[in-house]
Amino acid sequence: MSKNILHSWKNTPLASRVEEGSSKNFKTGSWRSKKPVHNKEICTNCLQCWINCPDNAIKVKDGNIDKIDYDFCKGCGICAEVCPVKAIEMKNEKDE
Amino acid sequence: MIKKALTGNEVIAEAMRQIEPDVIAAYPITPATEIVQIFSQFVADGKVKTEFIPAESEHSAISCCVGSSAAGARTMTATSSQGLALMHEILHIAPGLRLPIIMPVVNRALSSPINIHCDHSDTMNARDTGWIQIYSENVQEAYDNLIQIVRISENKNILIPSMVMTDGFVISHGMENVEIAEDRKVKDFVGEYKPVQTILDTDNPFTLGSLALFDSYFEIKRAQEKAIINSKKIILEIAEEFKRKFGREYGYFEKYKLDDAKIALVAIGSISGTIKDAVDSLRGKGKKVGLLKLRVFRPFPAEEIKEALKNTKAIGILDRSLSFSGQGGPIFSEIRSAVFDLKEKLFVLDYIYGLGGRDTTQKEIEEIFNNIELETREDRTIDLIKYVGLKN
Amino acid sequence: MSSLKELSQRKGGITSGHRLCSGCGAGIMARQVMLAAGNYKVVVACATGCLEVATTIYPYSAWKVPWIHNAFENAAATISGVETAYKSLKKQGKIKKDLKFLAFGGDGGTYDIGLQSLSGALERGHDFLYICYDNEAYMNTGIQRSSATPKYAATTTSPYGEVISGKREFRKNITEIVAAHNIPYVAQTAVGYWNDLVTKVEKALEVKGPKFINIFTPCQLGWKYGPEKTLEIGKLAVETGFWPLYEVENGKYKINYKPQEKKPVEEFLKIQKRFNHLFKPERKEKLIQEIQDNIEKGWTELEKKEKCLN
Repeated sequence: MSKNILHSWKNTPLASRVEEGSSKNFKTGSWRSKKPVHNKEICTNCLQCWINCPDNAIKVKDGNIDKIDYDFCKGCGICAEVCPVKAIEMKNEKDE
Repeated sequence: MIKKALTGNEVIAEAMRQIEPDVIAAYPITPATEIVQIFSQFVADGKVKTEFIPAESEHSAISCCVGSSAAGARTMTATSSQGLALMHEILHIAPGLRLPIIMPVVNRALSSPINIHCDHSDTMNARDTGWIQIYSENVQEAYDNLIQIVRISENKNILIPSMVMTDGFVISHGMENVEIAEDRKVKDFVGEYKPVQTILDTDNPFTLGSLALFDSYFEIKRAQEKAIINSKKIILEIAEEFKRKFGREYGYFEKYKLDDAKIALVAIGSISGTIKDAVDSLRGKGKKVGLLKLRVFRPFPAEEIKEALKNTKAIGILDRSLSFSGQGGPIFSEIRSAVFDLKEKLFVLDYIYGLGGRDTTQKEIEEIFNNIELETREDRTIDLIKYVGLKN
Repeated sequence: MSSLKELSQRKGGITSGHRLCSGCGAGIMARQVMLAAGNYKVVVACATGCLEVATTIYPYSAWKVPWIHNAFENAAATISGVETAYKSLKKQGKIKKDLKFLAFGGDGGTYDIGLQSLSGALERGHDFLYICYDNEAYMNTGIQRSSATPKYAATTTSPYGEVISGKREFRKNITEIVAAHNIPYVAQTAVGYWNDLVTKVEKALEVKGPKFINIFTPCQLGWKYGPEKTLEIGKLAVETGFWPLYEVENGKYKINYKPQEKKPVEEFLKIQKRFNHLFKPERKEKLIQEIQDNIEKGWTELEKKEKCLN
């Protein structure tokens, strides 16, 4: 679960400002019922999955697919659909 | 210092020129139009560095102000009546985002029926939006209030937007001799605006205006309330400094022959001048009457008002707006609540007057004093709320 | 245009942990827009809506750039204020950097309640890019019809019933309304065409003055399809001619993609349950044909504009 950083009214940040990118502390991976599994063997690193992921959950390193970030992947399956070589397969969470 | 004959609108435009904000966004509306009209000419003539946004509505004008102030610019607008009503949604947002926007408001009645003349229904309708609200009795006060308010709103412990009120036509179009300070003196007084945080700071990005639910909204709003409460202290500090530098004295309110008064009126805005004349006249006849002219309506100085009125026997509140079946007008309910726990019972009566610009005369004010005396003597408070000058 | 390899090197403007639905088109749209803007220092204003709500739930924010939300109908006015403040402070030498200004609004915040504010900002000529993410209804409040909802789509305030078959009117053409403001750059693009989308955003950011891009943004919850189909639906909208990819650059029209042969609109309609009643219990041929005819009419008009205004 995400860390609770809510505070007393006396410590409310000015104008209740929120720090940039802090949603990284709120994991959405638990929403998933199906899980994309990436096969590096057949992946051509075309990055179609990366550019079309709504959750920024596909990690690219030096132009290649590095991994799927299961902390945030909501399991929509867009990556598997868009993959031209079927290098991503959707599997049931419980099968893993 | 220069003495000049100016109208309320002219003096506000003049103060705005001297304050020289970074951005003004506004939309024309009677009787406030002249303010931005005059200011537009300053912009056209290159007399100010200000960028002017001629917005397509008051709603957008105040929305532009929110964006501009969040971007760290000293930001102003001006409006009246329907314009203020159209802004209403955003009026709540500006203090929520802690943006020290400054807005002169020329008081005018709200529709329907449409009317262009003065009453206070527009700004009373905005009294719980979280803005600092300061009312002016005359042209000089309008000028002085506007200069002081910049420092109050922009104080880093406050950061709350402010409205400075003038009565429509009575002050906005009424010409008076006023003292205008040198530009340098005003600029030195208001100083340069240094925002605490700005969304133009791309090196330190943050999110402003997030969604906060039941786990945090309450705390955020309480923190905001504390900021406007904190402004009480600053208002007096700035008034003190203003007195030292400009020679004129201000507080939360002005006590006019109040200290030994048995019967007093409480009023805001231009009617106070008429009341002062009535007080003088009645004092000449041996009546112990006085006036508490309220200047600062938000933050509401309840304790100080209670203290100032504690020796009176009865007070009449002059409300220039209706709350339509509420327990009296908005000033009445605030003041009556403030004096409720005084040891000596204080009679408080409400006198609704001047709606839609209806003139209230010195004679009518004197009658109010007499009426209060009568009601009190007979120890009765029938007709808690009365209507001054209403045709029966 | 930038390649995906190049884009993957850029710092994105929006990160994970937001609470948009699984498979949300707006999530894809926002990521791609912010990647396209990734080479600039940008400030974002966002109208109330799904994108705003789901990305900034206190005390979390998915935005990595300065970001402001004011209200529903005033993203354009808010960014006008931000941009003007920048202009003023820059003129005074109080700020040195070059910044770009972006506003996001959904179709409700753009076509409907925010139309006046948008029109005002466009007319005043502020230097900003307005992104409309058009998901064809008020999704944040629970799928109510907007003036962007297509004819015969079922929403919670234009439901289909015994006597009415969903929304009764054709949608408003906001892109053409914006183009009528004679601003330097207006475009339509769609989720499903990252290249077209990114290219248009990059192009727009190089233009001075007001710019507008209308992005077709499928919504799995409101349009009622499986979340994995978001790109496919975007593609079908374009392949059927329902949503042409085009731009208006200084008044000149250019259709960016012309399908060899347009697919029948039915293919776009039948995979979304919001159009279910057009096919079940019996096929409503007349209504489907009416939609098809309207597409042909729109496409012909657009081609005429491309021919005449070039």
